[in-house]
Amino acid sequence: MTAPSERPPVTEDEAAPVSMDGAAPVATKEPGPESPRATALADQPLVSPFDSAGLVEVFRRRYLLKLLVQKEVQSRYQGSLLGVLWSYVQPLVRFCMYFFVIGLVFGLHKSVPNFAIHMFAALAGVHFFTETFSSGTRSIVRNKAIVRKMPMPREMFPVASVIVSAVNSFPQLLILFVGAVAVGWRPEWQGIAAGLLGFAVLTVLGTALALLFSAMNVFFKDFQNIVATFQLFTHWIVPMIYPFAKLATSSLGHSYFYYLYMSNPLTVGVLLIQRCFWVPTIPACPSQYTCLPNGDPSQLGYPDLPHHLFALGFLMLAISTVILVMCQRAFSRLEGKFAERL
Amino acid sequence: MSTSILARNASKEFTMRYHRTIKQITIAAMRRQQISDTFLAVNDVSFEIEAGESVGLMGLNGSGKSTLLKLISGVMRPDSGEVLTRGRIAGLIATGAGFHPQLTGRDNVFLNAAILGMSEAETKRKFDQIVEFADIGKFLETPVGHYSSGMFSRLGFAVAVHTDCDIFLVDEVLAVGDRPFKKKCMARMEEVRAAGQTMLYVSHAAGSVRKMCNRVLVLEKGVLGFDGDVDEGIRYLKYEDDKDDEVNSEEMEEDSDDELGADV
Repeated sequence: MTAPSERPPVTEDEAAPVSMDGAAPVATKEPGPESPRATALADQPLVSPFDSAGLVEVFRRRYLLKLLVQKEVQSRYQGSLLGVLWSYVQPLVRFCMYFFVIGLVFGLHKSVPNFAIHMFAALAGVHFFTETFSSGTRSIVRNKAIVRKMPMPREMFPVASVIVSAVNSFPQLLILFVGAVAVGWRPEWQGIAAGLLGFAVLTVLGTALALLFSAMNVFFKDFQNIVATFQLFTHWIVPMIYPFAKLATSSLGHSYFYYLYMSNPLTVGVLLIQRCFWVPTIPACPSQYTCLPNGDPSQLGYPDLPHHLFALGFLMLAISTVILVMCQRAFSRLEGKFAERL
Repeated sequence: MSTSILARNASKEFTMRYHRTIKQITIAAMRRQQISDTFLAVNDVSFEIEAGESVGLMGLNGSGKSTLLKLISGVMRPDSGEVLTRGRIAGLIATGAGFHPQLTGRDNVFLNAAILGMSEAETKRKFDQIVEFADIGKFLETPVGHYSSGMFSRLGFAVAVHTDCDIFLVDEVLAVGDRPFKKKCMARMEEVRAAGQTMLYVSHAAGSVRKMCNRVLVLEKGVLGFDGDVDEGIRYLKYEDDKDDEVNSEEMEEDSDDELGADV
């Protein structure tokens, strides 16, 4: 590849070709200096062919990234009758289950306004994250035929699976949007900013973990099982099937557990998405339960939402970015052995 | 003239693991058996190839030829020393490796070309040539998973051969494909050579190496044993063979009469 690498060009006279048996260097048929190929080539530096520019290189080769994403999207549901509809079935079934059990049996419909929107907003975020994490983790092993044989930025695969997950999550967001509008959602800048920030946190963190785990999964397939196990928790460690206010006002709200809970970027991401889709649908005060003072979504505060939600969001975005840089470093160290371990 | 490929004390170590699970590893450790072993697939190899040279890379099976080629193509990173290249690398290595069985031939051509570093415009420009070279006719629109192995590799070849490059690597690929196709490939390799591109050709077929190359590198168990003249290199390789391999080298001689060089 012609990608510039960090290595400095090397002076060529240092290399001593091994000549055994006193074999003299062979005169070669060289193209004259007037050859355009030779002159163009002379401008290029002598670099390591092993590509390690990382994520930067991935975005430099957007065309390849686009094709890989298309390939994934096309091949995922090929040969199935419902095709892409399957990406709605699972979250929809899960949603219905929670809706009936938590909403009706446990009666959260009564205590939380528009509980369905509350839950579906969280589910959309969590589903996007877990999808990114799990398909990203398997991405390199799944594409081992290419990784083993062809030189290309290996970060392509986890990044492509992040984008594929985003594409697959889009229909859910659409449903959520339509549902929210139906129960009275109106656009409002702060909410939209919160939604974007929330998805940014989830995307950066998801990409970071996809990178790290895809690399580790090459060495030990245990990691894809670890990720699957972790996913059992994700629905419970974010305010999805219970409202945030329930946690904040419980006995746990005054313990260190609360800070532990809030230091999870996933939680903050989900709360920001709920701020976007769910909060504006809450009825204005006075109402028998959670209500918006003056009907203004930006005035809803603790305990329905945590203190300083936006500051927390930006902090989590910064932390996730640091994690991403660290995961990229780890990936670069591990990728040298991919071809032989796959 | 500028250096095209430079290897400086390049080594690549492989680890062989005898046990896979924690249970097996624990038992092996208690019995004081060896848990893993390492060997050098490429051992302290240094050479320099000038732009425009055609170099044959020879050696017995398992001598590290493919590993060295992977270090040069950028699939693997040397554990110590360095391998440096100048310009775009392509070639007949792992042709069709990036093919996705569920995508059609057409989609795969675009994907494979992109992996090899071609832009969309470049692929479109060369698409007709590629299809013509592959000669797969109406199967272009069917998933490559349904292709015969010959068609599969022909299509892979066709894409690889049409990549513009400065360094062209060829890895024992002529074993696949029928006679007319081999002829086409050899013709294409001649073109590459004539265009002044650097070529590195891995082969066991002395005849085709003699025809295509003007220098030979011989690897022996990962060590560069010979670097120099083609005829001397081929003689060197045979000289090192023991009695059993004598048969093989005779076979190689037969192949070399057949100048297309089927790889054994």
